[in-house]
Amino acid sequence: MFYQKLLYRSMGDRSVIVELGDQISPEINRRVRQFAIALMEDPAEGLVEIIPTYRSLLIIYDPLKLNVVRLKNRIEDLQKQIEGIQIPEPKTVEIPVVYGGEYGPDLEWVARYHKISPEEVIQLHTGTTYQVYMIGFTPGHPYIAELPKALITPRRETPRTNVPHGSVAIAKNQTVIYPVESPGGLHILGRTPLKLFDPFQSPPTLLEMADWVRFLPIEEEEFKQWPR
Amino acid sequence: MATVETFEVVAPGLLTSVQDKGRFGYGRFGVAPSGALDSFSFRVANLLVGNPENEACLEITLMGLKLKALTVVAIAVTGADLQACSNDKPLDMWTSWILGKGDTVSFRGLKGGCRSYLAIGGGISLPEVMGSKSTNLSSKFGGLDGRPLQKGDILSSNSPYLHLKTGGSTFPQAWIPPYGKERHLRVILGPQDDQFTEKGKKTFLGSPYQVSPDSDRTGIRLTGPMIERRPEVSESIISEGVISGTIQVPGDGQPIIILVETVTGGYRKIATVITADLPLLGQVKPGDTVTFKQVSLDDAYEALREMEGRIKGFKEGISTLP
Repeated sequence: MFYQKLLYRSMGDRSVIVELGDQISPEINRRVRQFAIALMEDPAEGLVEIIPTYRSLLIIYDPLKLNVVRLKNRIEDLQKQIEGIQIPEPKTVEIPVVYGGEYGPDLEWVARYHKISPEEVIQLHTGTTYQVYMIGFTPGHPYIAELPKALITPRRETPRTNVPHGSVAIAKNQTVIYPVESPGGLHILGRTPLKLFDPFQSPPTLLEMADWVRFLPIEEEEFKQWPR
Repeated sequence: MATVETFEVVAPGLLTSVQDKGRFGYGRFGVAPSGALDSFSFRVANLLVGNPENEACLEITLMGLKLKALTVVAIAVTGADLQACSNDKPLDMWTSWILGKGDTVSFRGLKGGCRSYLAIGGGISLPEVMGSKSTNLSSKFGGLDGRPLQKGDILSSNSPYLHLKTGGSTFPQAWIPPYGKERHLRVILGPQDDQFTEKGKKTFLGSPYQVSPDSDRTGIRLTGPMIERRPEVSESIISEGVISGTIQVPGDGQPIIILVETVTGGYRKIATVITADLPLLGQVKPGDTVTFKQVSLDDAYEALREMEGRIKGFKEGISTLP
């Protein structure tokens, strides 16, 4: 639910978190993006960075150049006209995934947990259009939701220390893709040959907040021959 | 400007990386700022050798780096005292020091602090990646192809000879921060201090915490009395952005001070270290003790203006390059 009034949480002497609501929802997330785009289009002097997340924005500023009271006034002004702020439509991205086997070591476990076949898990995972709620954790790492109810799964009891890059994984009502090898506590269903982060491209990430995502099953051969 | 080879890496040491001020504006893509942890020492090192204050430097962790000068060059070493030597004789820190061709610089080991900064007159000639030369070690980009220095690397600088006249320039002794084993860090409570109990906040502000060995550029892990959160709140929160200096408390009640290699997190933050004390975080090492002191926003800005005043005063006092 949206808060009646924006909630400001100061983080130290040079940043503030602006909270818009109390839960993960597409509407709140969309509003976060509206704020982020509006603030970035007309950045105040001394604004260092804006990091939009599920239901809040982190605004980092140079306290010697930008007064926090002025910053809050600017946000309150935006809040009054936020409904009318036009933002570009998010793009739709199809993510090819080779499911199961060495690429998806947890596919069988997830199928057994839900008492369905691995094929049904794949059908459920590929049968939904998802929304990217935020990018974080590592460069280009998307938080994608919501999984179909029949796939909602608790996190792994023991996190893995090395999840290969490109791994597509699920836990709770979310699905993620690991851009770089990293530790991870989610169940790995498969792997994509796509590169999620390239520091030499602009934008540097395949996915951005609010993008629509669909997963497409591919064969191991296609994965191996995918141009990289 | 002429690019000249200035140094060969004879031994890379424990962890030496190229860092500048950091990479800003890419947090929304999950890209952390990286950058020199002790930004005060880093800026002074650059100013001493006549560089712009945000030029890339070497960040040297604990010990072991050895370089050989390939030409006559000005350097400045600031930050932690790692017993820097030139040709095996102690080298003056916080001073612009001129090396001749073939001279060596080595770091024998820790006397105080954790990280030294070595600036080269003329900087380090490397391309910027997303607006910065800083090395992002975990995602492997920036700096020297995203990796720490290794034996045989050659560093180049722009017009190093123009910087030789800074030789002998020294940063005032009285302005150098102390690097003892006990750190008193000034904090502002929040952003989620309301979700800890009064007892939890008292514990946090009243207890010494030990720096754990598994601390790195991502965070300083602390061990000490458990910080109690309110019974009605869950262990984690909906993930949100974080900045360096903010102190998160996971379910086990042991605080972690976030540093510069991460941009989001899903734990409550009880307090945040003030900007003026961030450079000290770069000089904290495993085994040290830290304590936290609550200050007001006005105190924080006064401390920041005081630190910037030292930089500005030094800038205006030294000769600038043509």
